[in-house]
Amino acid sequence: MATIETPRDVTGEVVPVVVPTRRPRWRGLLRSRKLAAGLAVVGFFAVVAVLGPLLVDDPNLVSDDRLLAPSAEHLLGTTTTGQDVFRQLVVATRGSMLVGLVVGLLATVVSVLVGVLGGYAGGHADESLSLVSNVFLVLPGLPLVVLITDYVQTRGALAIALIVSITAWAGSARVLRAQTLSLRSRDYVDAARVSGEPGWRIVTFEILPNLLPLIAAQFVFAVIGGILTEAALAFLGLGGAGSWGTMLYFAQNSQALSQGAWWWFVPPGLCIALVGAGLALINFSLDELINPRLRVARRPRRTGPA
Amino acid sequence: MTLDTTAVTGTDVVLSVRDLSVVYDGADPVRAVRDVSFDLARGEVLGIAGESGCGKSTLAYAITRLLKPPGRVASGEVVFHPADGPPVDLSTLHGEPLRRFRWNRVAMVFQGAMNALNPVLSVRRQLADVFTAHRPELRRAEREERCRELLDLVGIGPERLSAYPHELSGGMRQRVLIAMAMALRPDVVVMDEPTTALDVVVQRDILEEIDRLRARFGFAVVFITHDLSLLLEISDRLAVMYGGRIVEYGRAADLHAAPAHPYTVGLLRSFPRLRGERTVLHGVPGSPPDLSRPLTGCAFTARCPYVFDACHHTDPSLRVAGTTRAACLHYDPALRPDGPPEALRAGRFDSGPAECAVEEAGGDPPVDTTGRQPRREAAEPPQASTDPVTAQAESAPERDGAAPETGPWPPTGGGTR
Amino acid sequence: MRYLRRKALFYLVAVWAAVTLNFLIPRLIKGNPVDAVLAKTQNMTPMSPEARRALELQFGVSDDPLWQQYLGYLGNLLRGEFGLSVAYYPTPVSKVLSQSLPWTVVMVGIATVLSVLLGITLGMLAGWRRGTWLDALVPTTTFLAAIPYFWLALVLLYLLGGVLGWFPLNSGYSYETTIGFNWPFLRSAIYHGILPAASIVLASVAGWLLGMRNMMVSTMAEDYVLTAEAKGLRPGRIMVQYAARNAVLPSVAGFAITLGFVVSGSIATEIVFSYPGVGMSLVAAVANADYPLLQGIFLVISLAVLGANFVVDLLYAVIDPRTRQAG
Repeated sequence: MATIETPRDVTGEVVPVVVPTRRPRWRGLLRSRKLAAGLAVVGFFAVVAVLGPLLVDDPNLVSDDRLLAPSAEHLLGTTTTGQDVFRQLVVATRGSMLVGLVVGLLATVVSVLVGVLGGYAGGHADESLSLVSNVFLVLPGLPLVVLITDYVQTRGALAIALIVSITAWAGSARVLRAQTLSLRSRDYVDAARVSGEPGWRIVTFEILPNLLPLIAAQFVFAVIGGILTEAALAFLGLGGAGSWGTMLYFAQNSQALSQGAWWWFVPPGLCIALVGAGLALINFSLDELINPRLRVARRPRRTGPA
Repeated sequence: MTLDTTAVTGTDVVLSVRDLSVVYDGADPVRAVRDVSFDLARGEVLGIAGESGCGKSTLAYAITRLLKPPGRVASGEVVFHPADGPPVDLSTLHGEPLRRFRWNRVAMVFQGAMNALNPVLSVRRQLADVFTAHRPELRRAEREERCRELLDLVGIGPERLSAYPHELSGGMRQRVLIAMAMALRPDVVVMDEPTTALDVVVQRDILEEIDRLRARFGFAVVFITHDLSLLLEISDRLAVMYGGRIVEYGRAADLHAAPAHPYTVGLLRSFPRLRGERTVLHGVPGSPPDLSRPLTGCAFTARCPYVFDACHHTDPSLRVAGTTRAACLHYDPALRPDGPPEALRAGRFDSGPAECAVEEAGGDPPVDTTGRQPRREAAEPPQASTDPVTAQAESAPERDGAAPETGPWPPTGGGTR
Repeated sequence: MRYLRRKALFYLVAVWAAVTLNFLIPRLIKGNPVDAVLAKTQNMTPMSPEARRALELQFGVSDDPLWQQYLGYLGNLLRGEFGLSVAYYPTPVSKVLSQSLPWTVVMVGIATVLSVLLGITLGMLAGWRRGTWLDALVPTTTFLAAIPYFWLALVLLYLLGGVLGWFPLNSGYSYETTIGFNWPFLRSAIYHGILPAASIVLASVAGWLLGMRNMMVSTMAEDYVLTAEAKGLRPGRIMVQYAARNAVLPSVAGFAITLGFVVSGSIATEIVFSYPGVGMSLVAAVANADYPLLQGIFLVISLAVLGANFVVDLLYAVIDPRTRQAG
């Protein structure tokens, strides 16, 4: 379990739940209502992303029903070219979720490599790796992504995800590095090192398991970031994924706002916000797992305070 | 309840604590302090000893009204007796009057090597804060002068006023905290482990400093630490806490010469005598009781080598036991007409079957294999398994059935069979 | 002042990295960008030979060795020469930037400062008074934090601008006024800026609030806060000088990350409001394959963000004495 930098409690006593076992308390996590709500929302959208496009008709089908308000026939109305907004929304779910997932995975892998290895190795390797992450951290992400995307000719969901990942890993790498540094100086890691365990074993079996909740949190964070960045990119006209952002781009360019077609631009944004909030709820419960002090004081500490 | 601990009859009492109980609310309420009573005489040093988890810090916070939810005082009272006025029941103070009372009458010294000083404010600001809060009439120059005097009291040069805590050594930070406590010339100073994280030499200096200041200003001290040997040296009187209760109480010399409670006996055995031959160090095997579970008998039963039937049913209160007072059923003539066992009177602590660790002098405390957390206090004496983690998470002495909250005193008809 | 030296050095490296990335990206990606540009712009005005030459220079379509191109590129940057814009041909990129940058800097700057102050103040209060109505707002802000900036802007514009008609629907000022330091213009600029700024504040405040609130909760368990309470200090002073002064440090240290979100978010927000700032220029550049302008914008935004971060790092040295330690 991760540390808290200030492990003393109000009573002046060391908080016992901070570093009690080497295994994170996943069981407590399962009881969390926040987590249940978050998983339900994200799970719903994941199912839609996988199955949705198979169940609805072609969203690009043009018809004469132009800019109709929601009705039984068109659940979420139509666009200026008579396309069904609901179908578009379902199909776009796949694009947005896919980009988010890939960005999350890529960014997490890179950040674990850079952060954990750098933090564990120390020395010059660490110095240069953390310099690179810090530089990527201060460079503004979206303009850089726009710049690269504009030069790249292929614009599939994967290409976009790859580009977005370039700017998405640095923050996590820094967080993981700091945590690795603190874990590295723990007694049991020292013990493993003294007993001659090879470095890769120490990283894999002593350090990574303790970082797991933190890595999970950073993954979720990267997924949110991926979905949001892709949406912004698509909104700027650089999308290729057929995502919620693309819908917003067309809505904006077709003056949906001034024509009062709220059914066109409200649902995609709402979906982004819902998925984002769902992921944030998951992250909240992970945060509370990492830092028990944030938990609302429902149960007291089971300490006989000294 | 009994007022057994109020032995200072005829002396001028500055603080009296009566039947104080503290509960940490929750699904399993933790009864961290149970029916604690004592009187603090003007100018004396009262030592409170016990392992982590025994409730000694909670007691300090309850006295100073610093308990945070979910902690709350469940019952009892803390009365302050000023030299010049009517007694004040601290539980009736709230808001502004409570704020004004604080530090004026009862000041506190925290463990300064940790985090008791604000890292982003200079020593000057943190000392002057006391005066701006309590002596608003002072002018800037006067405040500055007072702050210089305070540092001078503890032997720190005035140039340190501009320093930040991270620029001071652990000992110096502790001195600043002591100086801060002197600011308003309080009647009582509560000290919570003020020397714990310091090395032995600095510890000695700090203790002498406290002694000197006490001689000069005449404040009373409540000194809380797990280091019983230190308390034996500096205290006038001593209270040993276990499981939220005072289990033994008496003059330090008496308690040292003839400890009555098995727990005190065990603790005294766990460090070398100040004088006399070197003895083998023993801990008190086992861990403190889980106070979130109802106690049916004495809290110490699980670790006591002298346990007998009645211990499982009756929670003992303090009673006369030789030269001190102890909460142990062996001193109940109704239950033990022949008095306590010979071994106990002889100060032996023969561990029962639970014996787990007997370490040679100077050896490390038993290694806990489940915790594996960093050592938190460098200067912890080898007090056996006082590991906070096992203490709180794993300790679950068998307790079943609901019990009377505390053992009634005197025990009705010699206790339940 | 080792801290300052290290920070200054770091930002020099970061500036160098931004400048060099800007130089390398077009050269690393395959294909002749000039042809791509021409393909995109064919159906518009035909390109003059000078423009083509300028483009080729800009994209390094030259036979010079790479280091020579790099030196030439750096020299141009130092003289403030970013080449000619395609979208606003033949206006130099530097001029396009100098016209759009002030709008963004003022509006986004004010919005960021407001959101930081508001978020940190509310976070401080929510952490200080845990379990009260303010603290109960925290989950709501999670939702707010997950909303894309530009979508929030769209909804606000639709409701407050479209349905209620309280605010103008687009642009940064009324075209009836003349740009300059005159009251009618300033008034219309402020009026036009309120809604974009409000949407940025609303979308970004949650991040600051959450961070500050969580740190506040952690800090309040510190011994020095307890000491302050035992000292009988007034609650307001304990909250600000003891708890918040320490709790705010991570927020300040992590300013760069949050600022990155705000800058990205405000680019898209400008488009929603047709706000005449850098974000709009960026869209024009993307739509017209205006690579010189795009690179110029990237560079300018990077430098602005790096500058803001450097200022905040200096501020950090002021509020945390530990960084000032010599040695």
